[in-house]
Amino acid sequence: MAQIQIKNIRKEFGDFVAVKESSFTIEDGEFFMLLGPSGCGKTTTLRMIAGLELPTAGEIYLDGEEISQKPPSQRDIAFVFQMFALYPHMNVRKNLSYPLVSQGMPKAQVKAKIDEVAQILGIQDILNRPVGGLSGGDRQRVALGRAIVRDPKAFMMDEPLGALDAEFREHMAEELRALHDRMNATTVYVTHDQLEAMQMGDKIVVMNNAVVEQFGTPLEIYDKPATMFVADFIGSPSMNFLRFDGTVAEGAQAVEMHGQTIGVPKQMQGAKGKIVFGVRPEHAKLNDSGAYRGEVLATEYLGTTQIVTLDTPNGELKARIDSGQIAKVGEKVGLAFEAPKITLFDEMSGQALRSELNQGVFTHG
Amino acid sequence: MAEVTLKNLSKSFGDDVAVEDISMTVPDGAFVVLLGPTGTGKTTTLRLISGLEKPDRGEVWIGGRNVQGETPAQRDVAMVFQQYSLYPHLTVRDNLAFPLKSPILDFSKPEIERKVAEVADVLQINHKLDNKATALSGGEMQRVSIGRALVRDPAIYLMDEPLSSLDAKLRTDLRVELKRIQASLGATLLYVTHDQIEAMTMATHVGVLDHGLLVQFGSPREIYENPNSLYVASRLGQPRINILPVDLFGSAPSGATHIGMRPEHIKQGEGQEAQVQRVEHLGDQNRLHLTFQGHAITTIADPATDYETGAHIKIAPNNPIFFDADGNRVR
Repeated sequence: MAQIQIKNIRKEFGDFVAVKESSFTIEDGEFFMLLGPSGCGKTTTLRMIAGLELPTAGEIYLDGEEISQKPPSQRDIAFVFQMFALYPHMNVRKNLSYPLVSQGMPKAQVKAKIDEVAQILGIQDILNRPVGGLSGGDRQRVALGRAIVRDPKAFMMDEPLGALDAEFREHMAEELRALHDRMNATTVYVTHDQLEAMQMGDKIVVMNNAVVEQFGTPLEIYDKPATMFVADFIGSPSMNFLRFDGTVAEGAQAVEMHGQTIGVPKQMQGAKGKIVFGVRPEHAKLNDSGAYRGEVLATEYLGTTQIVTLDTPNGELKARIDSGQIAKVGEKVGLAFEAPKITLFDEMSGQALRSELNQGVFTHG
Repeated sequence: MAEVTLKNLSKSFGDDVAVEDISMTVPDGAFVVLLGPTGTGKTTTLRLISGLEKPDRGEVWIGGRNVQGETPAQRDVAMVFQQYSLYPHLTVRDNLAFPLKSPILDFSKPEIERKVAEVADVLQINHKLDNKATALSGGEMQRVSIGRALVRDPAIYLMDEPLSSLDAKLRTDLRVELKRIQASLGATLLYVTHDQIEAMTMATHVGVLDHGLLVQFGSPREIYENPNSLYVASRLGQPRINILPVDLFGSAPSGATHIGMRPEHIKQGEGQEAQVQRVEHLGDQNRLHLTFQGHAITTIADPATDYETGAHIKIAPNNPIFFDADGNRVR
């Protein structure tokens, strides 16, 4: 298995720039997510790693070897497309052995390999069945098996669970991750689903408009978003943005918003003008003594927690609170924010202001 | 708006029983959500109420009147479908006004204009009134098709998964919006979905369907906290409720074969030992995937906890619920 290093990679299609200078490193054995909305360049990036597109500029290193201009067949990377790409007229065993037989592998070795992979995937008892009659889950396992039998250096997966319904998708996501944990194969996985990325990924690259917005572990990206785009894209409900005009002094530990002083992590960077106060729903609490107030617009019951939507002087805010706490629509309530978890943004650039909370995240990416 | 009552309603298509002996009341001004997976009779129930299907047995009462034999138009219901069906060649304004121009309604022009403006305001699409329907985003189109139902002021709104073709973000926004609109109009609304989040967050009452049967009816909180069967317990809650053989955790009511523990109803740090298989850091919570005596258990922990794969952790049920061999609740 392998480390994959992406250096200043760029892709143009005519006048259209699909990926602008992007750099990140996928460590050996990582389950690595390329996350972003459609059209952000994530699939193009994946295809460049696999060799299905050639970059306009930049380098790709697979275990230290520069491969960006090599054909896919010389890269030893397996690409899992939509998972249902199977030969319908062959049985499961033939579908699995096809990539090996076409490489000229001896029969006995093919059989041993198929048995091994079938065991990893738990499909030993369906090896002689035609693929036509298989359930959706088994078809996916077989499609995965076809990628695994080749023992590639890395797997590329393009929204493999995209077409599944929610319940089955959750199940397959867990299975895929468990499979990865058994094999420890470097895997690059494209998705637009932030929850999938958070659940499955060791690292996440968030892309938008052909640019890498942030690169880090799921928790880093959630707790310390580098841009407003990332803060908004990750989390459900996403981060709240309360907008105000003001000044943030370097070293400040509070901001003045609608006449109230509100705590923030110690700021390492001053700013002036249009500022955005970013707070996750679970870091906003209803608190009668809070001087900063909002009016309850709606409540949404979610079992142990509820989401309360409030109208504040600086915009709409969603708070995630215990469902036992009473919040009535129309009521005015005080708000309290967990100061160490707040991120301030410069609204014009969309960039997070550096603070004690997030200072580490800007060193890479 | 009006109360709608179903009395022993049944409908089969050949050998397939779509709806079996459903009785329920949608109170005036309520937001009732029928929840169930594909093929449980949700849509058929809506079509029976609207008059698009005829029941084999049973009655539909709308506003205190048995509507048997009435046409869909006479029943005065408004339906919203999953796929927005707008007139592509008309503007948003004309699309919204269209249902009001029906000859049996006889609205004057100023009245139509006033109603369209009102609904556009509620749905926040005033600035798009002169756009062609095709020049709208998916979310805007769905709002317009909801608007076409809203202009009419019918006895009841019937909605068939109106949000399911939209992307996640838009769905979240429209959920809040739809609930706000329903509350502000005091409208009676019957909404069917397979999405438990929609049922939990919007409904005043949830009806859970299983193969054509209405198996439980109550507030979202009742259904979540007090399910009467294993099936109902598994329909609500994400991650799903953990179901394990009852003997793993000691004492249980007699007749119980399974214990059900919601992921948040597991105490950590006391009880018996389980092993951490994997930790998902979701930001607002950590999900722990555990193995316990050969069974998989999912639980949640505070994001500040730092369990690692392979760690041992003691767990004990907290307010568990019990089921018998048929999946019925044992109390």
